[in-house]
Amino acid sequence: MDFLISLYQALPVWIQILLKIVAIVAPLMLLVAYYTYAERKVIGYMQVRLGPNRVGPKGWLQPIADAVKLMFKEIVIPTGADRTLFLLAPLLAIGPALAAWAVFPFDAGVVLADINAGLLYILALTSLGVYGVIIGGWASNSKYAFLGSIRSAAQIVSYEIAMGFALVTVLMAAGSLNLGRIVEAQEGGVLHWFWLPLLPMFVVYFISGVAETNRAPFDVAEGESEIVAGFHVDYSGMAFAVFFLGEYANMILVSALTALMFLGGWLSPFQGTFMESWFAWVPGFVWLLLKTFVFMFFYLWLRATFPRYRYDQIMRLGWKVFIPITIVWIVVVGVMQVYDIGWWFDQGGVR
Amino acid sequence: MMKSVVHYVRSLFMLELWKGLSVTGRYLFRKKFTLNYPEQKAPVSPRFRGLHAQRRYPNGEERCIACKLCEAVCPANAITIEAEPREDGSRRTTRYDIDLFKCIFCGFCEESCPVDAIVETRVYEYHFEDTDKAAGAHIMTKEKLLAMGDKYEAQIAADRAAQAKYR
Repeated sequence: MDFLISLYQALPVWIQILLKIVAIVAPLMLLVAYYTYAERKVIGYMQVRLGPNRVGPKGWLQPIADAVKLMFKEIVIPTGADRTLFLLAPLLAIGPALAAWAVFPFDAGVVLADINAGLLYILALTSLGVYGVIIGGWASNSKYAFLGSIRSAAQIVSYEIAMGFALVTVLMAAGSLNLGRIVEAQEGGVLHWFWLPLLPMFVVYFISGVAETNRAPFDVAEGESEIVAGFHVDYSGMAFAVFFLGEYANMILVSALTALMFLGGWLSPFQGTFMESWFAWVPGFVWLLLKTFVFMFFYLWLRATFPRYRYDQIMRLGWKVFIPITIVWIVVVGVMQVYDIGWWFDQGGVR
Repeated sequence: MMKSVVHYVRSLFMLELWKGLSVTGRYLFRKKFTLNYPEQKAPVSPRFRGLHAQRRYPNGEERCIACKLCEAVCPANAITIEAEPREDGSRRTTRYDIDLFKCIFCGFCEESCPVDAIVETRVYEYHFEDTDKAAGAHIMTKEKLLAMGDKYEAQIAADRAAQAKYR
């Protein structure tokens, strides 16, 4: 072990950084692959069928088979398409979804780039992801793809605001933009996590996150029953796979961020109770992973349950429900902080 | 007024949505309907009308006496029979073809047969590869029918016995 550490330290800095990136991206890609498998299984089970169970024991090799299939398929570029943008779009979709993990703290102090404006960075990158969708739809030069990207653009603009405001309350409650500090501000057990004082924001953030990632029931951009596959109708093979990876990486990112900002990240749920010492051996990373899985499961659960929102309903929910609620709650959080209401802001905040 | 307030609160707390989620949540743990087909198979009725066969008597003599009732009753005109007396003077078919492209598996041939010669078996897992009409893969010839009968006689006899009181 010591030998490995000294070997690691002897490496040039850029290789060290590269290794760190690989250490984040490789497990993430594996998680994405098995998330698609979990999705097909969970939705299958909710529809009282079995889901994939042919490739390998219980279908465990299904994502590998899918990946291999997509890799060997031809990438068709339509003649009318803008070649450069057409090929750039999938990269734009997946890039931010991966880059956002740079500021994500996996445990106390375990973070690739511990920057103080972490939350802003996340907000900026998650918003950038939509350019992949919009450019992809535009570059395809096809009406279905274009409709998909128009819908996506309008939807993201609407939900970005609610999402941003929800994050503003988190920032007010934590008193810091640094994601590690946000988790530390939730120290003190389940009732000190931000889900309780920010309950409406917690719900708004997660639902906006679902809308932001274009997932059911907000998947009008893809809307396979009305506009075939929306922005990625004309994509095939690896170009499609990259879009797909980006979408799932984004889902995992939103789940992880929700866990981080509202469910205390790596903090143990037993903190402050008599059971705390029983679970002291569990690394914080495991708690974070478990919390993330809860939201990842929710994504699938929502998809298996709800039909797609009508377009005007999406707009109504975004503008007339979420934005007013978030604005009101910013005031409520401010009042709670100023007059010291409740026990939850004892670890800091803007005061 | 009151009604709209109740409605507003209900939609704010997403009560209906939670109901929906609880339904799918319960179904997640339901017993699944899926049959893993090649390993598990759905039960087949003794009355199942699958691929045809011609039966023989226990002494090995073919049952069919070329009465052509099946040919006459067949609504799809799928059966073609040619017959002439055999050396021992009994009436037998020289040709008994069922065109599987025409056959609608109605079972009338089996119903009409006075000697229970032509039957439809439980066999539903079959295919023919050469669909070229000249190759004739879609024709159940007399040889094929008798071979089917020889192969599945035990099953056929058991099914007929089980259904005897309803016929």
